[in-house]
Amino acid sequence: MSAPAAATVTVPIGYLEQDVKRPIPLSRLNVAPDDLGVAGASIALKDNNTTGRFTKQEFTLEVERVPIGGDAVAALMKLVESGHHFVLVDAPADVLLRLADAVKDKDVLLFNVSATDVALREEDCRANVLHTAPDRAMLADALAQYLVWKKWPRWLVAKGVFPEDLAYLDAVRRAAKRFGGVIVEEREYKETPGARRSDTGQEQIQQQMPVFTQGAPNYDVLVVADEAEVFGPYLPYRTWDPRPVAGTAGLKAMSWHPAHEQWGATQMQNRFQRFAKRFMLPLDYQAWVAVRAVGESASRTGSGEFAAINAYLRGDKFDLAAFKGQKVTFRPWDGQLRQPILIADSQLPVSMSPQQGFLHERTEVDTLGIDAPESKCKFR
Amino acid sequence: MVRIEGQAALLAAVLSVAAATGPAAAYTVYVSNEKGNSITVLDSKTLEVLETIPVGQRPRGIILTNDDKYLLVCASDDDTVQVVDVATREIVGDLPSGPDPELLNLHPSGSPVYVANEDDNLLTVIDLADKKVLAEVEVGVEPEGVGVSPDGKTVIATSETTNMAHFIDTESYEITDNVLVGSRPRFAEFTADGTKLWVTSEVAGTVSVIDAKTRKIIKVINFEVPGVQPEYIQPVGVRITKDGSKAFVALGPANRVAVVNAKTLEVEDYLLVGKRVWQLAFTPDESLLFATNGNSNDVSVIDVPSLKVVKSISVGRAPWGVAVSRQ
Repeated sequence: MSAPAAATVTVPIGYLEQDVKRPIPLSRLNVAPDDLGVAGASIALKDNNTTGRFTKQEFTLEVERVPIGGDAVAALMKLVESGHHFVLVDAPADVLLRLADAVKDKDVLLFNVSATDVALREEDCRANVLHTAPDRAMLADALAQYLVWKKWPRWLVAKGVFPEDLAYLDAVRRAAKRFGGVIVEEREYKETPGARRSDTGQEQIQQQMPVFTQGAPNYDVLVVADEAEVFGPYLPYRTWDPRPVAGTAGLKAMSWHPAHEQWGATQMQNRFQRFAKRFMLPLDYQAWVAVRAVGESASRTGSGEFAAINAYLRGDKFDLAAFKGQKVTFRPWDGQLRQPILIADSQLPVSMSPQQGFLHERTEVDTLGIDAPESKCKFR
Repeated sequence: MVRIEGQAALLAAVLSVAAATGPAAAYTVYVSNEKGNSITVLDSKTLEVLETIPVGQRPRGIILTNDDKYLLVCASDDDTVQVVDVATREIVGDLPSGPDPELLNLHPSGSPVYVANEDDNLLTVIDLADKKVLAEVEVGVEPEGVGVSPDGKTVIATSETTNMAHFIDTESYEITDNVLVGSRPRFAEFTADGTKLWVTSEVAGTVSVIDAKTRKIIKVINFEVPGVQPEYIQPVGVRITKDGSKAFVALGPANRVAVVNAKTLEVEDYLLVGKRVWQLAFTPDESLLFATNGNSNDVSVIDVPSLKVVKSISVGRAPWGVAVSRQ
């Protein structure tokens, strides 16, 4: 035997996944893989453990998958009681808040890897949650900067009827005001979601979408707010006027794209694809960042202790190389990961925001999302 | 206005070079064009492009063999190191580098060659004479920088995601020390006297100067460029003069090469170059320093004595590595 076992420190990381009922995506290309997110955490675990060989640290990953109607708090307690102080959470906002409040007085740090709700970074922020998922405000700001940089400032908005659509629209309105976009009209798409897979209907859509977008005031881009994909993906190439589509369909803002290859991302994509046998998606990246953030803090502090890792993660010295052309860090005022955001269509990245010319007194990436002076977050 | 000043300064600098050193020796400069899949060949005296050699896909790290007869080219997307005969400017062979070779370096005796396999967490050691793999050393995630100590006893691999400089014994191929440095270490360079190792950290924006004997960090050098936000200061390539007086550090999208006093480790100057400057190489007489600018498709030529940028030369698409022949 080589080194004595006592010399190696173990850092257990938990992953809590709350299953939710989601509509089937309009395109069968976008059906979510079963290991979405978990695969990203797993490859980050491998990265951490490669480093851990040299620092005598070992990282483990335990996944708790909570079925619809299951008890997420009980699942979290199970992880916590078995020594998991760092837990990634892939769950809707209300579940995340319940989890955060349930472990309020314990040495537990949660990573929100999926919920994009702005409120989680604002009035509903929690001291024991860091967010690696960008929120809707960051995503809308990133897209708006690109559209304004491109000199396409006049937007016709096509909005759905669900609360998520309106939340995204709020972020778009805010972004328009901040960066000089103009919403020329908001048009609501009232049809409720129907069957997604059918062997007929294309002809109807070809007729409906031009009519839906007919007679608009002069505009540059059709901006879609339709998070549940009721109609958004049907809009590109079917608008009455020949205009590009952006927002929740067409050109989108995202933390990661399977064809992103800048700043060393090629290696990440290759490593992930060899491991998971599929493309790396935004949720995989957001989980990768969370697990790597724990690993990085453990290797920098030379510690497996919760207090040391937690403090380092939130401190000035923390930075993580995450294939975005600059370090990613956590904003102290709301726990949000500060990160450049990709602007991409389905095939390729088009740009990375922040865009040139959108200035900030400290760091340009803080032009995306809720900045310190306007933050409503009071940690509790 | 700025441009006129620049040209005047350029002319003055060129004249001063000519006056100071008389007719400069002519060396051949090789630049790998990552997106152009080619090597641009330049003349260091006329600063003109002599030729463009088509090579494999995504050429990045390049180095000349000790006899200056061959240029070794990491053709990353072809998973090989190509051997270019500099006399005929043709590819005459390749080395079994393993997948995705990125940077490479030579033992002072001329062989073996050490290649970082970025995709495979390996440092591959290849004998140049018989082109056989002597060893594969497992290092951290995404190895990139390769430094060799002047006495040939130690090779360094830097791993970009593990954030370490791994010290590897060149006889046993064992890792003897791991030094944690700033995020995304890209390049490792020993001083000529072998006492110090400089490691650049692209994402942290720093350079760690490590004592080669104790393997402790002596100093972490920070950079501040007026008008450039800190996150755009991304050190990559570093070269140190043989007398150990000056170090030059390429700062990536800060579009500057920093001049550092290599004795006091204080930053003395920032030279404005092209966009996203990555790698650097001196001429053998250290009169000129060539800097590759990946986002402006050119090479900046720095006059070392006067610390002036004297010319920018258009090369291929996304210039990456640079090497200068003694002939």
